Amino acid sequence: MTATEADTNLSVGQRATLLEVVDLSTTFRTERGMVHAVDGVTFTLDRGRTLGIVGESGSGKTVLSRSIMGLLSGKNVIRTGSVKYEGTEIIGYSAKQMSNVWGAEMSMVFQDPMTSLNPVMKIGKQITESLRRHLGVDKDEADKTAIALLKSVGIPAPEQRLGEYPHQLSGGMRQRVTISIALACGPKILFADEPTTALDVTVQAQILDLLDEQQRERHMAMILVTHDLGVVRTRADEIIVMYGGKVVEQAPTSTLFASMKMPYTEALLRSIPRLDMPSHTRLDAIPGRPPNLISPPAGCNFAARCRYVQPRCLEERPPLVAAADPGHFYRCFFPVGTPEGDAALQANISAGTAVAAPATRSSTTSEES
Amino acid sequence: MRFVRKKLVQLIVVMLCVTFFSFLLLELLPGDTATTLCAGAGGTECIEQKTEEFHLNDPMPVRYVRWLGGVVTGDFGSSARNAQPVSEALQQRMPVTIELLLYSQFLALIIAVPVGIIAAQRAGGLFDRGSTGVLFLFLAIPNFMLALVLILIFPVKLKLLNAVGYTPFTENPLKSLGSLLLPAITLAAAEMATYMRLLRTDLIATMQEDYITMAKAKGMSPRHILLRHAFKPSSFSLITVIGLNFGRLIGGTLLVEVIFSINGLGKYTVDGILGRDYIPVQGAILVIALGYVLVNFAVDMIYAALDPRIRHARSLV
Ligand SMILES: Nc1ncnc2c1ncn2[C@@H]1O[C@H](COP(=O)(O)OP(=O)(O)OP(=O)(O)O)[C@@H](O)[C@H]1O
Ligand SMILES: [Mg+2]
Repeated sequence: MTATEADTNLSVGQRATLLEVVDLSTTFRTERGMVHAVDGVTFTLDRGRTLGIVGESGSGKTVLSRSIMGLLSGKNVIRTGSVKYEGTEIIGYSAKQMSNVWGAEMSMVFQDPMTSLNPVMKIGKQITESLRRHLGVDKDEADKTAIALLKSVGIPAPEQRLGEYPHQLSGGMRQRVTISIALACGPKILFADEPTTALDVTVQAQILDLLDEQQRERHMAMILVTHDLGVVRTRADEIIVMYGGKVVEQAPTSTLFASMKMPYTEALLRSIPRLDMPSHTRLDAIPGRPPNLISPPAGCNFAARCRYVQPRCLEERPPLVAAADPGHFYRCFFPVGTPEGDAALQANISAGTAVAAPATRSSTTSEES
Repeated sequence: MRFVRKKLVQLIVVMLCVTFFSFLLLELLPGDTATTLCAGAGGTECIEQKTEEFHLNDPMPVRYVRWLGGVVTGDFGSSARNAQPVSEALQQRMPVTIELLLYSQFLALIIAVPVGIIAAQRAGGLFDRGSTGVLFLFLAIPNFMLALVLILIFPVKLKLLNAVGYTPFTENPLKSLGSLLLPAITLAAAEMATYMRLLRTDLIATMQEDYITMAKAKGMSPRHILLRHAFKPSSFSLITVIGLNFGRLIGGTLLVEVIFSINGLGKYTVDGILGRDYIPVQGAILVIALGYVLVNFAVDMIYAALDPRIRHARSLV
């Protein structure tokens, strides 16, 4: 199936909402206090579409995706809000009920393929066990499907791989295997949690392209988690920017890049890893550290690191407000590209208090509170 | 192949060291074979004759080499007290001790493994804390006390099982297991708590791994995840400790063998030492050390069987 065919199918009446998340929060009860890892996230995802979730390390991307899937268990996890899958509320589903959703309806590709495959189980078994569980096929048929899956994700000599163990494969190959496992039962939503962060730069693009291709062929929705705005720019239909567990900006991709409002999004864009950086450079390119999730600052979470910061930002917490464009939301009193924002930035620059642009960041790391 | 050769060299070195040092230690014990044999009877004439017969005046290294030479050609020597060939005695007693050991470890595991698995599923829960408490109680009871209590309950009060004696396994397996049940329980009691806690702790750690969450995200059942995904990678500490315990217990069944009058290897060794009858002791030590090395070898093989990474790393060297 080609891209245009998929798009046509999409317009032929399948443009239904697949996933509807309303005000989802996830809190961990810990010895140090309540960790508000995800706070009030709302979005909808249509069939075949891609949602990008962007944010630096610790912003709650993994917790959000696992929380939507209901993979976080334990007495110390508190989950509130609503997650509707195909119109059915799945918060409150028991693990047993969820196990029919997991793998078959939603599945996940994890951040690190070095740890997400069982080191002592053959690759073939790791693929076929869910086939047999969800599709009820016999061993021979499951093996055949597994071989076809491995071939489709670009693994050479798939027959031979079935009998091998994860450590016999390179990182990129392992991530291809985990993708084939995630795709095995034809899920309608694929969560890809930073699927390339742990891989070499050269392999990263290959894996992202593979995900694209599979998504198009299968007409599957995808939630693509990344810390790199550049990755979702060309791949996502809508983007959610997270900071300290909160959505700070949310917009259709083209709107976001045409008129971003949130200083944090702007800072993220400035800090997109460049080719001349080492491959594991993370997004601490923005001076300062992410906020404390146990006792968040009184005002805006990002104030301590913001170039636009004003006294009001330190005292009052900005709500998520709608921008002029449909579907565009942000959380800021002095948005980028508005008269208030420009004035705030100018004031800070002339007062010499603006947190410098990333290019000269090393001299300003002391700004963090 | 390189691996097997390396292990063989290791085996020979260990055997030489162990037997040499045990020879040395026995040498340092007060009293000697001749005087002990002639105690009460004979007098100096007897002592001289025995000294001559067993070459007791030769320097220790000479006697060690003579003994070693015999062992290499398959002659383990004989008891100085009753002239029974050591190889014959070992043949009689080794199966008893081996059966007792396997039996006790089996009993310990059959309790510890399921309890460990259930406890890990609800760590910190009532079952976890309760079972840990009970098993540690068994750990805390001294061996000999438990043995005596068991004897009081079963053979004495309930007239079930025999307090003493042993039926060979080859003669009547069921009766044999019955005759060793109480000694095996006595030995197992102290190990259960350790085994259960080891497995439980490793399982809890394994359940935090990404690949477990991944298995869950595939929709596999908790039972499948626990048994198929988590159990194998969680059993390494347990296997290591079982291996070490086997080594320790081959010599350590002694107390239990004495209490239950079982003629095993432990009892044979002690009788030898008390009678200053060193050749049997040397034979027993040789067998115990051999068993120890073999068990460790088996543990290595089990590691390789469980973990393909070890298997492959090994085939490369
Ligand atoms: N089980 C837990 N108990 C307590 N706190 C947790 C737990 N899991 C995650 N957190 C906290 O939640 C916050 C968000 O973590 P999360 O893993 O979602 O970040 P992330 O955006 O995925 O970062 P990265 O890019 O490093 O993967 C972190 O501060 C983390 O310490
Ligand atoms: Mg993450």
